[in-house]
Amino acid sequence: MAFKKSVVAFSQTPEQEQKLMEVINKEKGHKGALMPVLQQAQEIYGYLPIEVQTIIAEEMGIPLEKVYGVVTFYAQFSINPKGKYKISVCLGTACYVKGSGDVYNKLQEVLGINGGELTPDGLFSLDACRCIGACGLAPVMTINDDVYGRLKVDEVEGILAKYKE
Amino acid sequence: MVNIKINGIEYSVEEGTTILEACRQNGIRIPTLCWLKDINAIGACRICVVEMSGARSLTAACVYPLSKFDEGKNILTHSPAVLESRKMTLQLLLSNHNMDCLACARSGNCELQALCKELGVDDSSYFEGAKNSFDIDRSSKHMYRDDNKCINCRRCVAVCEKNQGVGVIGANERGFNTEISCAFGMDLADTACVSCGQCITACPTGALSERDDTDKVWEALADPEKVVVVQAAPAVRASLGEAFGYPIGTSVEGKLAASLRRLGFDAVFDTNFGADLTIMEESNEFIDRMQNGGVLPMITSCSPGWIRFCEAYFPEFLPNLSSCKSPQQMAGAIIKTYWAKKKNIDPKNIVSVSVMPCTAKKFEIGRDDQSAAGVPDVDISITTRELVKMINKAGLRFTELPDEKFDSPLSEGSGAAVIFGATGGVMEAALRTAVWKLTGEAPDSPVEFNEVRGVEGIKFADYKVGDKTVKVAVVSGLANAKKLLNQVKNGEVDVQFIEVMACPGGCVNGGGQVIQPAEVRNFTDLRAERAKALYSLDSKRAVRKSHESPDIKEVYENFLGEPGSHIAHETLHTTYKASSLSK
Repeated sequence: MAFKKSVVAFSQTPEQEQKLMEVINKEKGHKGALMPVLQQAQEIYGYLPIEVQTIIAEEMGIPLEKVYGVVTFYAQFSINPKGKYKISVCLGTACYVKGSGDVYNKLQEVLGINGGELTPDGLFSLDACRCIGACGLAPVMTINDDVYGRLKVDEVEGILAKYKE
Repeated sequence: MVNIKINGIEYSVEEGTTILEACRQNGIRIPTLCWLKDINAIGACRICVVEMSGARSLTAACVYPLSKFDEGKNILTHSPAVLESRKMTLQLLLSNHNMDCLACARSGNCELQALCKELGVDDSSYFEGAKNSFDIDRSSKHMYRDDNKCINCRRCVAVCEKNQGVGVIGANERGFNTEISCAFGMDLADTACVSCGQCITACPTGALSERDDTDKVWEALADPEKVVVVQAAPAVRASLGEAFGYPIGTSVEGKLAASLRRLGFDAVFDTNFGADLTIMEESNEFIDRMQNGGVLPMITSCSPGWIRFCEAYFPEFLPNLSSCKSPQQMAGAIIKTYWAKKKNIDPKNIVSVSVMPCTAKKFEIGRDDQSAAGVPDVDISITTRELVKMINKAGLRFTELPDEKFDSPLSEGSGAAVIFGATGGVMEAALRTAVWKLTGEAPDSPVEFNEVRGVEGIKFADYKVGDKTVKVAVVSGLANAKKLLNQVKNGEVDVQFIEVMACPGGCVNGGGQVIQPAEVRNFTDLRAERAKALYSLDSKRAVRKSHESPDIKEVYENFLGEPGSHIAHETLHTTYKASSLSK
């Protein structure tokens, strides 16, 4: 089995750790406490690596697997950090019909990562997203705040090159 | 009471009864896949659907409790809509199943296969589409997981978390990508899985299976240079017969010995000898701890799943564990030391095989400090199910075999030994010898300690022994062990001696036993029925206390000296260490 550990080494500041402990101590014992803890933990760290999930599991007395099961069920949780450039490809209906699936696959191929992951240099992270309300420009992707519409598969490499400079 | 109709016929059932149970009480079996009584009622698989008047869609019978609002309603259990829906559910399951039936360990004993036959699935590739392709996890010493055969029923997840308090497996990802696996795709061997195998006996398909070590046994049996000996655990005789058509709860002790001899083993021993030896050492250790201020409560160490659990989840209790090896390892150690010397055989030339109701034994044989003769005490451990395979492969007509005896000096053993296979059995066996010792070794000291018998998860009893009161607790199922140990830790419970068995009901319900489908498990208490077979054997034994066994007397006289002696310690005791595997 492939061990799905994050490609980037984990480090945390004492402030982050302290904040997480405060959140856990506040929520612990309540029914359904895991979700709010995970949401706040993701706000603190930006993502939920094995190290953070292990702290949550141990402190809350829940098996790590259960925490991981919840994290992987919800698309909003990420076990990988986001890159300097965060790529989102819209896989909503209009974009998908117009071929955003091919764009998404091309990005995975060019970047050498799967959706939800981060390139080892920390530059790009790739995610699929739902409708961003720019259906008229379908298919659409965003890189941070830049929006790229009416995309074609063979434009992908050129666009990425701009960010590598 | 609620008055309902099932297929147009009127019945009256108690309020709160599920549709499934109401039908069952009235002679109608509703097929199920995901439902495991008490621990997995999630209505997920949709096999148990029925048509109910007034309902907009089909209803899952396993999770629908009948109430006064259902008064007068008609439930159809085999209408065309119901049968069509069940069949389609199966076809959809098959569309993402590898259908490797001919080469599957569970072929012939697979709930999915049986239902397809029953519900007339005549086109296994009716729905063509994407299929998942998962790597098979073969990392563990005791089992493998092949998610390509998994139907996501979550029965394994439920037993792991709820019965065993372990929870190292669960559903990850979502929708079509859902996979039952470990956190972060970790190998099972890297988690604090305790190897109990309860997930295997809960699995309806071939997704989970013990690691098959029978080829190693065949190879050894065919090697003229090797002396191949075997021992069989007490609980094996309480379940083995089920595979050959005997009713649940039939002891096949004599045929077990006969079948092992006919498979070609050079000596056929009974783990009961090891159990008697365990009692000699463990009761001695307990009395010593009581009288000399040792660490209490003392906790039994026969169950390797429990030992792994303690090492991972409760390392603070390691000093409480009895230092005694398990009966399997004690018997193995005596075979390669005392017996080898007596027969003038080099222990390196012995291949020692064990037949166990347990998958954790496959792990235990490789533990540190389990090699009294400088070579492993036991070389190969197979489960009851693997023995069934060997018997069938060898063409032995089990039911026609004569009843035979095990070989001396590691033979049938006392009645105290045979009850080791049921929860409370080790405690009762230990009390038989400990009370005898503490009360001046009177030959008429008590034999039966009924308070520690029965399938309840946690049992307590106090016994007045001379001027002392001995307080004991018996637990089975690791979730119960967790509960009790937390109570001990918090000072809520004060006991001196605890028996822990990893599997609910003890070894009779072990992870290596004959698998009964949920259909049977949900309505028959396997733990109680199989335990009856062992208590019946005990009541008929001439010798019922370990210290009265002639075999035990022989081995102490000629080899070990006294319980707790230096040589007994070197041969029969072991050590433990905390583990840091992912929980």
